[in-house]
Amino acid sequence: MEILVKKYAHKLVDAGLAAPSGPGAPLVGGLDQDLVWNRTAPEIPVLERIFLHLNINSLVFLRPGFPYDRIIRFLAGRALKAAGTIMPQDCETRTFLHDLPVVEQFDLPAIVTALKQRKTVIIQGNDRNTGFFGPAVIAPGTVSPEQGFVHISSVCFACFVAFFSNYLTGLKTGRKDPEMDQVFDQVLPFLQKELPASFDLMHSPFCREKDVYAAMVQAGRKIVDHGLVDSYFGNLSCCWNNTLYISQTGASLDELTGCIDPVPLDGSSTAGITASSELTAHLETIARTGCQVILHGHPKFCVIASMDCDPVRKAACAFADKCHTHCPVPRTIGSVPIVPGEVGTGPYGLCNTLPRACETSDSVIVHGHGLFVTGKTDFNRAFSTLAAVETLCKTRYLEQVRYLRPA
Amino acid sequence: MYGWSGKIALIDLTRQKIDVQPLSPDICTRYLGGRGMGGLFLQPAATLDRDHPDVPVCLFTGPLTATSAPTSGRCHMVSISPLTGLMADASVGGKIGVQLKRAGWDGIVITGKSNTPVGIEISDSHISLVEAKILWGMTTDAVHQHLNPKKAGLACIGPAGENRVRFAAVITDRYHAAGRTGLGMCLGAKKLKYILVSGTGRTRVKDPELLKQARQDIIRVTAASPALMGRYGFSRMGTGAMYDLMDNRHMMPTDNFSATWYGSAKNLNAAAYARAYSPKNHGCRGCHILCKKIGTRTSAGTAMPEFETMSHFTALVGLQDIHLVTAANQRCNSLGMDTISAAVTLACFREITQKDFTPASLLALLDDIALDRGQGKALKKGAAAYAGSMGQPDAAMAVKGLELPAYDPRGAYGMALGFAMSTRGGCHLRAYPISHEILRKPVATDRFSFSGKARIIKIAEDSNAVVDSLIACKFIFFAAGLEEYAKVFSAVTGQDVTAQDLLAAGERIYYNERIINSCRGFDARHDDLPARFFTQPGTGASQIRVPPIDRADFLQAKAAYYSVRGLTQNGLPTRKKAEQLGVSWKSL
Repeated sequence: MEILVKKYAHKLVDAGLAAPSGPGAPLVGGLDQDLVWNRTAPEIPVLERIFLHLNINSLVFLRPGFPYDRIIRFLAGRALKAAGTIMPQDCETRTFLHDLPVVEQFDLPAIVTALKQRKTVIIQGNDRNTGFFGPAVIAPGTVSPEQGFVHISSVCFACFVAFFSNYLTGLKTGRKDPEMDQVFDQVLPFLQKELPASFDLMHSPFCREKDVYAAMVQAGRKIVDHGLVDSYFGNLSCCWNNTLYISQTGASLDELTGCIDPVPLDGSSTAGITASSELTAHLETIARTGCQVILHGHPKFCVIASMDCDPVRKAACAFADKCHTHCPVPRTIGSVPIVPGEVGTGPYGLCNTLPRACETSDSVIVHGHGLFVTGKTDFNRAFSTLAAVETLCKTRYLEQVRYLRPA
Repeated sequence: MYGWSGKIALIDLTRQKIDVQPLSPDICTRYLGGRGMGGLFLQPAATLDRDHPDVPVCLFTGPLTATSAPTSGRCHMVSISPLTGLMADASVGGKIGVQLKRAGWDGIVITGKSNTPVGIEISDSHISLVEAKILWGMTTDAVHQHLNPKKAGLACIGPAGENRVRFAAVITDRYHAAGRTGLGMCLGAKKLKYILVSGTGRTRVKDPELLKQARQDIIRVTAASPALMGRYGFSRMGTGAMYDLMDNRHMMPTDNFSATWYGSAKNLNAAAYARAYSPKNHGCRGCHILCKKIGTRTSAGTAMPEFETMSHFTALVGLQDIHLVTAANQRCNSLGMDTISAAVTLACFREITQKDFTPASLLALLDDIALDRGQGKALKKGAAAYAGSMGQPDAAMAVKGLELPAYDPRGAYGMALGFAMSTRGGCHLRAYPISHEILRKPVATDRFSFSGKARIIKIAEDSNAVVDSLIACKFIFFAAGLEEYAKVFSAVTGQDVTAQDLLAAGERIYYNERIINSCRGFDARHDDLPARFFTQPGTGASQIRVPPIDRADFLQAKAAYYSVRGLTQNGLPTRKKAEQLGVSWKSL
């Protein structure tokens, strides 16, 4: 447990979600027979008592770093004035987290009540008496601190997407919201960071199987390093010698060694049962396009752009509450198509929409979910395309804000 | 009440008497249904001899049974195991659970012994005992054909249950087995050949709209699960989809667990069955996963073997013939025997006699076991009793008398601890750590480490006790969690509960099982694995080492488990903990 609590504390820092030291550093606890923490902190006496109320074996407590702190504080404040939950509309939240409960204070009963129903809880407020300051996010796990890491990472991602999405929609409907303007202005510097235009990754042809593995491990690490995916979501594959090599389900893309499944294209093995939930979409796409590699990330502005819809048109749309599965309008950003589709292979799964769209474009955005990019032989071109589409989406977003927001 | 009907039938076969007993809302909330309720009604008999007429056979539905909750069309059978002496139980698929609930019963508790073969027939509120002499001796297929249940649910035993095979199964609705722990012999000992149930009622649901939403949440997460709905998941390939994975992970029990990798495996996988039999989907009532596969050619109508059967009737016994596996599976189901225990007992026999099987000799031995003849007379007592009688107890690959399933514990240490601690013996389903150690859900854990596993196993045991009591299928928990099922439970019953509330019920249910087993003389001595796993390595490969399990690490994890579970270091429950959990106390 000592190793795991330290590992996931480091990963939260590496992901840019937390400060490396001080009160903003992540706090991770793991319980087997005894409870261990990655560091000491004044919050521990309260957090330890959560273990007495819940059947869990780990807990992650995080004061999110910039810009997530501003965004989460704002959304949590708004939630407390309404139903007490943040309701992001991105795919991961819809599928796995459902909604994000918020409590006002660092108060044990309220935290326990929320965590009995959901995977995370956000604490919004400050408490002068105890010196506690928010916002903070708590997420438990039943098998590993990795669950807390994943869920907190997802909360940060979902809130980021929800904030920028809501902000743009608000501007489009002419709603005035000075408080939201202020938060937007505060977090704007975070958006200044540019992605590189090209990447130096392993070049094809791959002569040996181990080269395929190495190329995938390298690309996976790079996609995380550039913040193009949150927690462990996202996947990648490479077709070589009549076998599709694909990252395993739930695999951290920055730790792909040993987490890649070889799936024979002739269907002669079921070892792909642990492959990414998008295996079917990858296989279909390769069959339809002849591409050799597929890269799937969750670049934030691709996701935000995919959910950007004319409010007037949306109000009149019969599928307004089912955009992610039923959007009937063929939409694009530049030449990049946006398609509906849920995770996996259900009747509204993206495996039914994505491969067809990939026939006409080497990059396709799935509504509220992320970006899929195909490449001919290696990950270099695919990676550049991924970065270019995210840059395009961010640029378009900021242009719209500049146009819509009164000076 | 919503969810529960609030009544059970007490059926006394000795006196041929049927009573109706109401269930209080408090009991329903605390023990839920299924396995929980079965354990509650079994506890008073915990100190009785395993073949005492007053030992009940309980068949309970759950509050979700016969609702639209995904995978809820199940029931659970509970008694005392003739194989292990522990509490016996098995989740029952098919449609009998739904029919029992629709007939208006939360469960039936069968006690006593009939002098002559009987069947129990339930049609809504009417229950009758029917002479079954004509069916005695028939295979389960023949019983099914004879009774022709159509929409009714049918559970029956075959010759194995009649002939006191200790690992006899109960076969429901032709293709489904309450396989483990010898429940078929429990019915046979009572001269009960079958239970036929039909119902026309409905489970009352408090909030149908909320149930619809909760169902959609669960369907959505299962669609995102590669193990369930993916191209190579259970829905497409059946549970046999695990076969290649176990081979790749070098944890396929081979030659009676003397090795962990089987060279012929790549030709014996689910894809091979798909090519040979073109199977179609089949499943339990209320399930959208439909993991059961039925062949459409080459013996059309034959059930495809489950993963455990595929593995044990090839690697474990040293054979390489998928048609033999299909035939052995069919033979076991027809005769009414658990395929896992049968195969492990045969593997033990092979090791002791040093004689390899041919397909014909293996099938002949299965017949001998079920029909109580020749060498079958000794083998029908299971691997542990047989190996003991041959003076080679270490050749029995069983925990507390229950033969081990097709996951070698040297390749997954949570599984090792789960096998050892299970309240029904060598069972993979109590904690089902395959979920995180192999299938990476909810996240992957280090399969070669005991770190953190004591608490993980305890929480999973509690969770699965809930699953067996609601009732739902464990497979769906590769994707969904109690968080989603708490919403379903609230919608059906109107009780505002959380996942943690359900886990508390699960802990109560599990602790009750520990109490029952302690009353039957079980303690820390029995919470152990066969010595082989601590002394012999598995079969490694260039990137996978499969060493023997470190005994000291195992014992440390075991001690941690006892502490986390609230047991003494001798593995015994305490009155104080029982009171804390609200479980009635009983001791030897």
